[in-house]
Amino acid sequence: MMHWIQTHLLTTIIFLPLVGAVITIAIPSRFRDAIRMVSLVTTIVVFVLAWKAWTALTGTGEFEFSELLPWIPSVGVSYHVGVDGVGMILMFLSAFITPLAILGSWQEIDRRVKAFHVFILILETGMLGVFAALDLFLFYIFWEVVLIPMYFMIGIWGSSQRIRAAMKFVLYTMAGSVLMLAAILYGAWATGGSFDLLTWYSKGFGPVEQLWLFAAFALAFAIKVPVFPLHTWLPDAHTEAPTAGSVILAAVLLKMGTYGFYRFAMPLFPLAVVKFAPLFLALGVIGITGSALVAMVQPDLKRLIAYSSVAHLGFVMIGLFALEPHAAAGAVLQMVNHGISTGALFFLVGMIYARRHTRQISDYGGIARTVPITTAVFLFVTMSSVGLPGLNNFVGEFLILLGTFQTKTTHAAIAVIGVVLAALYMLWAVQRVFFGKITIEENRGLRDLTLREAVVLIPLLIMMVVIGIAPKPWLAKIERSTENFLALSKRVEMNVSHHDAH
Amino acid sequence: MLEFVYHYISVQTLVWLIVALPLAGAVFNGSLALITAHHGGGKDHHGHHHTPFRTLASTVGVLLPFAAFAAALLCFVTLTGFEEGAPSLITGPLSQWTAFPGLTIDIGLKVDQLSLVMALVVTGVGSLIHLYSIGYMSHDDGVVRYFAELNLFLFFMLILVLADNLVLMFVGWEGVGLCSYLLIGFWFEDPAKAKAGTKAFVVNRIGDAGFLLGLFLIYGVMAAAGADPATGYFNFETMSRYAPFFQPLATVIGLLLFVGACGKSAQIPLYVWLPDAMAGPTPVSALIHAATMVTAGVYMVVRLNFIYVLSPTALEVIAYVGAATALFAATMGLAATDIKKILAYSTVSQLGYMFLACGLGAFSAAIFHLVTHAFFKALLFMGAGSVIHALHGEQDIFKMGGLKPRLPVTCWTFLIASLALAGIVPTAGFFSKDAILWHAYSSGHVGLWLVGFVSAGLTAFYIFRLVGAVFFGSTNLPVDQWKRVVESPVSMLIPLILLGFLSAFGGLLGVPEILGGSDRLGEWLSGVVPLVGHAGGGASHAAEIILMVVATIWAANWSILGWVIYTQRRDWPERMAARFRWVYRLIVNRYFVDEIYDRLIVRPLIGVSRVFFWKTIDATAIDAIMVHGTANTVGVWARAVSLAQTGVVQQYLLYFLLGAVIVVVAVAL
Repeated sequence: MMHWIQTHLLTTIIFLPLVGAVITIAIPSRFRDAIRMVSLVTTIVVFVLAWKAWTALTGTGEFEFSELLPWIPSVGVSYHVGVDGVGMILMFLSAFITPLAILGSWQEIDRRVKAFHVFILILETGMLGVFAALDLFLFYIFWEVVLIPMYFMIGIWGSSQRIRAAMKFVLYTMAGSVLMLAAILYGAWATGGSFDLLTWYSKGFGPVEQLWLFAAFALAFAIKVPVFPLHTWLPDAHTEAPTAGSVILAAVLLKMGTYGFYRFAMPLFPLAVVKFAPLFLALGVIGITGSALVAMVQPDLKRLIAYSSVAHLGFVMIGLFALEPHAAAGAVLQMVNHGISTGALFFLVGMIYARRHTRQISDYGGIARTVPITTAVFLFVTMSSVGLPGLNNFVGEFLILLGTFQTKTTHAAIAVIGVVLAALYMLWAVQRVFFGKITIEENRGLRDLTLREAVVLIPLLIMMVVIGIAPKPWLAKIERSTENFLALSKRVEMNVSHHDAH
Repeated sequence: MLEFVYHYISVQTLVWLIVALPLAGAVFNGSLALITAHHGGGKDHHGHHHTPFRTLASTVGVLLPFAAFAAALLCFVTLTGFEEGAPSLITGPLSQWTAFPGLTIDIGLKVDQLSLVMALVVTGVGSLIHLYSIGYMSHDDGVVRYFAELNLFLFFMLILVLADNLVLMFVGWEGVGLCSYLLIGFWFEDPAKAKAGTKAFVVNRIGDAGFLLGLFLIYGVMAAAGADPATGYFNFETMSRYAPFFQPLATVIGLLLFVGACGKSAQIPLYVWLPDAMAGPTPVSALIHAATMVTAGVYMVVRLNFIYVLSPTALEVIAYVGAATALFAATMGLAATDIKKILAYSTVSQLGYMFLACGLGAFSAAIFHLVTHAFFKALLFMGAGSVIHALHGEQDIFKMGGLKPRLPVTCWTFLIASLALAGIVPTAGFFSKDAILWHAYSSGHVGLWLVGFVSAGLTAFYIFRLVGAVFFGSTNLPVDQWKRVVESPVSMLIPLILLGFLSAFGGLLGVPEILGGSDRLGEWLSGVVPLVGHAGGGASHAAEIILMVVATIWAANWSILGWVIYTQRRDWPERMAARFRWVYRLIVNRYFVDEIYDRLIVRPLIGVSRVFFWKTIDATAIDAIMVHGTANTVGVWARAVSLAQTGVVQQYLLYFLLGAVIVVVAVAL
């Protein structure tokens, strides 16, 4: 058994949550704490395994822990999983966030408890699978698997506008997915019947093919990121989703989009990257500045954070499309950082919401006096989110901007404005929610963080400090992978320069 | 004694201790504040505030900064004890922050003549402010949090000055921004104070954006110069070795970094946060205005002097911005009535002098003024704090008066500091200000000299206006209240006396040669910054003496005028204000700069964001028209919605699980 796990580490990690889901289904619905406990323990075990895998990863940039089994040989589909540093760190992030999300929903979710936990476990399998799949068909399955539980999480456990938000989420994502599926099928046909990513990497698609395929993939991913102007599903989905939904959505699901660019759209279609890079750089910068401005004027705290996500993900996008080593590594690290910081912010908003049942900033004010520890934690996370040096976000933003500045100076120079705006909208919100005198009577008796809530937040705070002070070990394992990504995504540039040389 | 220390501690460890001790204090008190968060704030049956662990928090919070000062002092003694070689030392990386191929950033400290001076000032003056805080904050129930944030402030400032590379310096740079935010908004229940904190952070961030861009350009230059990445592109040592390569971009880099300095050191146009920063407890103002934070910009420019000397244009800009700020802020000091606001404008103004010196290439004169200013400005703020403390929060100088007999120690030490600020011989401020003005004059910048000279007169006037109105003349307090005014406790007076001593004699660091002294600080710093000699020539000696005498008479006259008017003829200014009504209105409203920023930048930004970016682009153009428009025409989705709403979720779940099982089985086969 142990041997099997060691040789099939990724498979174990990916499908353990599904096993947990099956066990959960078997538990009668009335044993609600047992259901919660089983899913929590399952996800913790998954986390431990993911941590083991992360530490065991050598970071050579090659795909490690690979497993390759024929699945549907007749059409060239295989079960092929494997991770480089980037895939692994995102799997680690997913495995890190999920148990916290379950623990954070312990009291918030009090109806259909069983269904909720089954969904969240299935969701985890989907997320983990997305980051490990090296077969495009397999990738597509996992991609879709993620969609369905999230749809139900928003639609069932969300707040008043949940149906609308859930539909919008599905509508957007499906629109992209369908095109991606078409592209995958075409690509498999073009490669002579292979869904294997490595085969795709080595096959040079024709210039026109590349443009179309890239467009189809990029649309699906850009919606997921989301890239401006495809982002309007996000504020709705975030705002209406229950806390666990918002957290997982922000922390992991958005990263599926940026990861898609990293793993598929860009390295597979380098010719198209040349054509589309200016567009995505521009949209990234618009996202950084424009969404920050929209975030600033949101009256709803959760929406404000949702828009801040668009801005943060804009940094990741320009980091990828700058095609520069530091920027690319920074972009990957920023995917993780955003997951941690924005995840923590959504947790905190959820905790405050649980006490006051309002998300309107104007319904608060002065609660720092009644909930000093919540305030301190919120401020800490805010500082992480606005990129204070010494905390996690700074590392990613710094590397992205430093790298982007070397290749795309103007974009980086504009993106720096986003750093100022981030401080503006976050601190202004903090000021209105926590500072001043208490003017609304309901805010007087608020309860500060409970032990359970503290347990949810502390791991996130620790990660912020650890990555902020010592990013090197994290970067060391993703750096070779991003080099490979750049080598593949810049294949055209090299060819062009070769031609020039002759 | 020293042998004993050296036996156990290496000098490197000692350097690390300078920063580690305040951090330890911050962590300790921060934890304590969190643990006791729900126990403080109550009142016992006598009506006194009781905060648990008040004594513990303040003891730890004060002792550790003093220990850091001792460590800095020990470093100084040790490094100057070596017969040969410059008194400098690199701790080497404690760890590496990043180590890419092409980008190495270490966490390492560097002690040299410059950073040692700064570390001594920061820990020395900072410790005194900590000591003073015990008395000042004795009635506040947030004292544990207060000391945590104060220690953290010291820690970040020490990181800033001791960092051996620009990125680590930036950590301290933004860190002090955070601490100023926390401490300015310390009394967060007052919305105006919370707002002042936010303002400080955001305005600083604007500067920091410029700083970052400068950093990125430096990286580009170093990479293009072919420097070995392993040595760290942002390392000061490496950078200075490659200084010639900065030539083509020195102006841009210098100016971008100076934008950062404008934010941190409150220069035009980013000075607006500093006058509001007095919202914090008064010792915090002393810390921000004297020992930490605002000196960061000056320090950074001096630290990177090897880039700035390559660009006369950048230096010129710095000199003019500095001079303009010096004059502009001094005029605002004339009309302010809040004791702390007057001092705040004087800080802005004096920082202008320091940048004027930097711009003239007289970097050591800038540091000289930075040091003496730290002494007398800390003293002025803590003296003001002593007055405010004695008057239970009163800050309007025209509601004071005649406090000399009631607050003798405060009064006399405040007077010394005022003399130093006014630049009256032989106080510390005289020598440092004279050094700057003489550099301006002797280098041929007569215009800049004149601005500095006029500002010096205004400075002398407004500070003695304050002294006259607060300590002398008849009192504006009700007599019985005046009688009940008592001097502050000893823990608050000791720092005042020590700083009074330093403000009086700190000028000995740099007495001009013609007065039989020597520029000790300049010589000490000569290993780090180019020594700009006073312009040679016999004739200029005479000029130097003449200017010195003129400056002293000039300052003394304005001082006396200010003092006389505001002790004996307090109705004159009102009549003057009435006569020059619009000038007065302009000044008393601080030239409406805050209002202009508000109308021109803040409000339009919010308006455009709300109306255009959110409502028009996001909500209407994209969401309503593109998304929902499409959705409605497709119509398929409407059916899906109704499916979801009729509650067939279980069916979905079933289908989904079925699918999942098929997938799993397929894999297994």
